[in-house]
Amino acid sequence: MTSVQFEIQLIAILVAVACAIPGVFLVLRKMAMMSDAISHSILPGLVIAFFLTGTLNSPLLIVGATATGLLTVLLVESISKTRLLKEDAAIGLAFPVFFSIGVILIARFAGDIHLDVDSVLLGELAFAPFNRVSLFGRDLGPAAMWTMIVVVVINAAFVAVFYKELKIASFDSGLAAALGFVPAGIHYGLMTLVSATAVAAFDAVGSILVVALIVGPPATAYLLTNRLSVMIGLSILLGMLSAILGYWFAHWLDASIAGAMATMVGVVFVIVLFLAPGRGVAAVWRRRYRQKWTFAEKMLAIHLHHHEGMVDEARENRTAHLQEHFSWDARFAGSVVERAKDDGFVTEGGGLLNLTEAGRALAREAIVQA
Amino acid sequence: MDLLQQLITDYTLRNVALGSAVLGMVAGTLGSFALLRQQSLLGDAVSHAALPGVVIAYMLTGSKAPLVLILGAALAGWVATGLVMLTVANTRIKYDSALGIVLSVFFGFGLVLLTFLQKTPDANQAGLDTFLFGQAAALVHRDVITMSIVGGISIVLIIVFWKEFKMLSFDSDFGKSLGFNMRFADILLTALIVIAIVIGLQTVGVVLMSAMIIAPAAAARQWTNRLSGMIALSALFGAVAGVAGATISSVQSNLPTGPVVVLGAGVIVTVSILFAPARGVVWTWIRQWRNGKRLRMEAVMVDLFTLAAHHHRADYPHDEAVINMMTNITGRSLKTLEALEDRGLATRLGPSQWALTDAGVARVRSILETSGA
Repeated sequence: MTSVQFEIQLIAILVAVACAIPGVFLVLRKMAMMSDAISHSILPGLVIAFFLTGTLNSPLLIVGATATGLLTVLLVESISKTRLLKEDAAIGLAFPVFFSIGVILIARFAGDIHLDVDSVLLGELAFAPFNRVSLFGRDLGPAAMWTMIVVVVINAAFVAVFYKELKIASFDSGLAAALGFVPAGIHYGLMTLVSATAVAAFDAVGSILVVALIVGPPATAYLLTNRLSVMIGLSILLGMLSAILGYWFAHWLDASIAGAMATMVGVVFVIVLFLAPGRGVAAVWRRRYRQKWTFAEKMLAIHLHHHEGMVDEARENRTAHLQEHFSWDARFAGSVVERAKDDGFVTEGGGLLNLTEAGRALAREAIVQA
Repeated sequence: MDLLQQLITDYTLRNVALGSAVLGMVAGTLGSFALLRQQSLLGDAVSHAALPGVVIAYMLTGSKAPLVLILGAALAGWVATGLVMLTVANTRIKYDSALGIVLSVFFGFGLVLLTFLQKTPDANQAGLDTFLFGQAAALVHRDVITMSIVGGISIVLIIVFWKEFKMLSFDSDFGKSLGFNMRFADILLTALIVIAIVIGLQTVGVVLMSAMIIAPAAAARQWTNRLSGMIALSALFGAVAGVAGATISSVQSNLPTGPVVVLGAGVIVTVSILFAPARGVVWTWIRQWRNGKRLRMEAVMVDLFTLAAHHHRADYPHDEAVINMMTNITGRSLKTLEALEDRGLATRLGPSQWALTDAGVARVRSILETSGA
C-alpha cells in the first residue's frame, strides 16, 4: 500500500465517520431525505461564494454553501407549513430548483473554472491527496484530510455536548419541549451540521453519495440495536468498513471510489437487512411462518376442545371437517393436523381427532389469552 | 414572431421544444398520481436508480438505442421500488431512509459501472453519461418519436384504468372492497410512473427529473379539487414549462435546457402556491388579516359598550388608554377606533375620547345576541 493509497483511505474513513454521526439522528427523526435535499442545494451557495472570493479553497465557500443548505431546510419547512404540499413534495421541489440555479450560474459565468457539475455530483476521491497543505515548508498532508478532521471533531463535539437533548428531541420532541429544551434549536443545529458535513464531503465523494454515507450506515445500525449510543458506534464502524471495502473494490475495477463506497454501503445494508438477528427480513419471515402454524395449531386445539365429549364430536372433530369450519384447504388442514400430532397435542384414532392433555392445556391457555 | 418561426422551422429547437413538451405532459400527468399517493420522492429514487440499469443494458446488448436503454433503466427503477417496499414492509426502517439508501447505492453502483466502462478501450460507450445530467440539446427526431409513443401508451392506459387509478389515489381499501384488483392497479401505475421518469432522464438528467414529476402536479393541485382537472392542468403546466425552458435556453447562449425547464416549473409552482384562488397563500393572508381586523373592531366596540353600560350613557366619552388596557392589543386600538369612526360606528369626542354611535350600539347588540351572551 502506497502513501497515496493510505491517504485516500484515511480521507474516505473520515468522510464516512463525519457523515455517520449526524446521519443517526436524521434516520431516527425520519428526515433522511433532507440530506438529499441539502447535499444538492449547496451548489448555488458554493458558486456564489466562489464568485465573491475568487478561490475554491476559502473557508467562506463552506460557510456560503452551508447557508444555502439551511435555506433549503427553511424553504421546505415553510412550504409544508402552508399545508398546500406535503413535506416530501416540498423536498422534491426545492432541491432541483436550487440545483438548477447552481448549474445555470456555472454554465453562464464560470464555464472555464475547475468547478463543474460533474465533480459536484460525483466527486473524485482519487485526486484528494494532490491538494496538500504545508506549514513552514513542511508537508502536513492532504487538505481534504484536515477539513474532514475538523468536521469530525465538530460533529462529535456537538453530539457529545447535546447528547441528552438530541436523544430526547429525536424520540419525543413534545416531551423535550415540555422539559424546557428547545427542540427547534437542536433541529437547526443538526441541520447546520448536516449542511456543513455535506459541503466538506462533496469534494471527496460528491453530493449524491454523501446521502449513501449519511443514511446507509445509520439505517443498517438501526437494524442491529435498540440503544442510541450503540447505534452511533455501530454506524461509525459500518461507515468505516464500507469506506475501506469500497476503496479496494474501486481499486480492483479501476472505477469511481465514491461509487464503490456507496455500493459497499449497499452490500453491507442488504446483508444486514436479510440476516439481522430478530429484525432482519429472514428473521421476520421465519417468525411469520412459525406464527402461522402456531396459530393454526391453537385454532385446531380450541376447536377440538370445544366439541370434545359433545354429541356432535364425531362430526366436528375430523380432519375433513376442518376444511369447511376454518375454510382451510385440504393440504393445509392435513399439515396442521400432522404438526399438531408431532407436537404431541393431538392423536388420531378411527378418523377421530383426540386432544392429548398437552393439547387441552394449549386450548385452555389460548382461550384465556384471548 | 421571429422566435415563433424558429420554433417551427429550426430542426434542433423544434425537437428540443417538442421533446420537452411531451416530457412535461407525460411527467405532469403521471406525477399527479405520484403526488396524490404521497410518492413524490419516488421519482427522485427511481431516476437515480435507473443509472445502473442503463449501463447494464448497454453492457449486455452493446446497443445505445433509446428503447434498450429505457428498458434497462425502467427495470432498474422497478427493482429499486421493489426494494424500498420490501424494506419498509418487513423491517423497522422507515420509508425515507429506505429511499435514501436505495437511491444513493444504486446511483453509486451505476457510477462504478460507468467509470469501469469508460476506462475500457470500447469507444462506443461515450454518451451514456448524458443520462446523468441530461442533454436536451442532443434530442433528435427519433427520441421525440419514442417519447411520444411511450407517453401516448401511458395516457391510453390511464384512460382505460381511470376508475382504478382514481380509487388507488384516494381510497385503495374502498376499491378493494368493491372487488377491484388494486394490487394490479398499483403495479401498473407504479410501472407507468417509472417509465415516465426514465424517458425524461435523457432530457433533464437524474437530479432534475424529480422536479418534473412533482412540480406540474404540485402547481395543478392548488387550482382544483377534481382529479381530471388536476391532471389536465398538470399536463398543461408541464408542457408550458418544457417549451418555455427550451425556447429561453435557445435564445441565450450557455443556458442549459434542463435547469431552465425546472426553473420554469418552479416559477409556475410559486405562482400557484401564492395566488391560486381559495388555496393560495396570499388569499389566506388577506383573509386572516381581514378576520383579525374584524375581531379587533368587534372587541373594541364591545369594550366601549361595556364601559358605556357602567356609566348608563351611550355617549359617555372614554379615554383611549382605558380601551388599550381592556383589549390587550396595545397600540392598535387607535387604528381600530379610527377604522370604526370611518364606518360610522364610533365617534371621537375629544383628543383621545371615544364613544359608540347609535349604529355602533345596534351592532354590538347584534354581536352579543349572535354570540349568545
